[in-house]
Amino acid sequence: MGAEFVQFSLTPVLIGVLSAIACALPGNFLILRRQALIGDAISHVVLPGIVVAFLLTGMISAVPMLLGAAGAALVAVVLIEAVKRLGNIEPGAAMGAIFTSMFAAGVLILEQTDTSSVHLDVEHALMGNLESLVWLRAEGWHSLLDPSMLATLPGELSRIAAVCAFVVVATLMFWRWLKIATFDEGFAQALGIPSTALGLGLVVVAAIAAVAAFDAVGSIIVIAMFICPPAAARLMTNRLGHQVVWSAVFATLSAVLGYVLAGYGPFWFGFEGAVSAAGMIATVSGIILAGACVFGPHRSRVGVAQQEAR
Amino acid sequence: MSRMAQPTIATDHGHSIDPARAPRDTALAIHGLTVSYGEKPAVFSVDAAFKAKGMSAIVGPNGAGKSTLLKAALGVIPRLSGEVYVFGETIRDARARVAYVPQSASVDWDFPTTVMDVVQMGLYRKVGLLGRLSGPVRAQARECLDRVGMADFANRQIGQLSGGQQQRVFLARALAQDADLYLLDEPFAGVDAATERAIIGVLKSLKDEGKAVVAVHHDLATVRDYFDHVFLINVRRIAEGPVETTFTTEHLQATYGGRLAATHLDELAVADGAR
Repeated sequence: MGAEFVQFSLTPVLIGVLSAIACALPGNFLILRRQALIGDAISHVVLPGIVVAFLLTGMISAVPMLLGAAGAALVAVVLIEAVKRLGNIEPGAAMGAIFTSMFAAGVLILEQTDTSSVHLDVEHALMGNLESLVWLRAEGWHSLLDPSMLATLPGELSRIAAVCAFVVVATLMFWRWLKIATFDEGFAQALGIPSTALGLGLVVVAAIAAVAAFDAVGSIIVIAMFICPPAAARLMTNRLGHQVVWSAVFATLSAVLGYVLAGYGPFWFGFEGAVSAAGMIATVSGIILAGACVFGPHRSRVGVAQQEAR
Repeated sequence: MSRMAQPTIATDHGHSIDPARAPRDTALAIHGLTVSYGEKPAVFSVDAAFKAKGMSAIVGPNGAGKSTLLKAALGVIPRLSGEVYVFGETIRDARARVAYVPQSASVDWDFPTTVMDVVQMGLYRKVGLLGRLSGPVRAQARECLDRVGMADFANRQIGQLSGGQQQRVFLARALAQDADLYLLDEPFAGVDAATERAIIGVLKSLKDEGKAVVAVHHDLATVRDYFDHVFLINVRRIAEGPVETTFTTEHLQATYGGRLAATHLDELAVADGAR
């Protein structure tokens, strides 16, 4: 684990871990609120936002793309609410209609316009390009202590680190509100907790996490991290606090294991080359969820209740 | 007496309250409350006044707007029109004096939390968003759990409780709010006989402490045993007053229309001969 690791693997692994945690934390509450699909919706609608931002500015720089993506996420949330209320349609159906339409529109625009000259294509949107986020200028672990070297770190790393810190602080700060309003919204409102604003705030935080992660690792990993680590964590414990910690552990594990397996896995099995790290991270998170379904101590809560009743 | 002549009291939010419409000795005063989910109103132009002491039942058929009335009074759902006052104040100013027990079926009991956690939610107005749950505050939550006979279940996951136990936990959470007005939405729905006795015992002790208890109630057979005041509703207000004079065959007929057999009504209501 020397200079080469710092140069080629440290930053992608860190970006993967931070993206996974930033998405998994709000994912816990989205799942408990039966809104898991919102994460899916956000990560899909980010694509047209990015494409439109690119077409308007003509450049592939981070700030306009992040703004475009965030704008698209907000447009999607408003449209979903509108379809739900005006059409009196079930929330899952409203989300499905909006996010598939917006994603499809993004793919169409992407195909019809000349974006071939830049690295913006459907594959990039889905998979991101984690492997390319390397720290070429680094010379070894000591580079981490050299400010002039740190300045050459990929911009994605500082962005996702800031977003991850923001998500952690927001979760801790509004913990009590999130807990009460997620469990019993009517009671929360009777206490004077602004549960509607809180619900919107949760979606906005999830959107920010999704946009930042999307930029680095693509939409597949975003969808997987919103759902798989929290869902697996729910099967490990019956306490909300423990569940959120477990989800961060599973997110980290998925990112590290997924990155390593993508890089070395094919070689271990006698194949040449490597597979997509983002795809492998999402796959590992799915395998962890499957494992939790089979081995998790609280996997069949109905069964537990029946046992106790006997 | 002309209302215009009454002095008014300014609230924190700039409205002025007419004391004749917001008497301090009335736990819950409702004027002209209308709520609508779609085009048809669920509650239409309802007036009500629940006393500061005693136990009141809100009675009416399914879909009559009983729960809606409670939720709109609390501001949990928006009202189209009407005013609501709690001990002479707007609900925003009086939240700390009101405890609410929603229908236990309205929440997901699979939520990852323990019995004690749920009861501690009732302490929110004491500790705020970021305050610590100190020792004495925790002890208070434990006392409330003890009062409903659930102290042994403090660390139990809520999904492992029976329907009656869940309802008791909800009541303990309301007790932790340490309020003057307790609003309960069908507290006896789906509970066993032992739980019903335990709950009514706690509610009667609240009444003895001088608190106001208002419960949506669906079991006509127990109205006379449990409550001293009754409010009959079927979208509109049908009647309101002491159980002895208000819970009559005539009023029940007006509330339920053809949905209750006349013979059944006679058994339930106070005999008309009493008039």
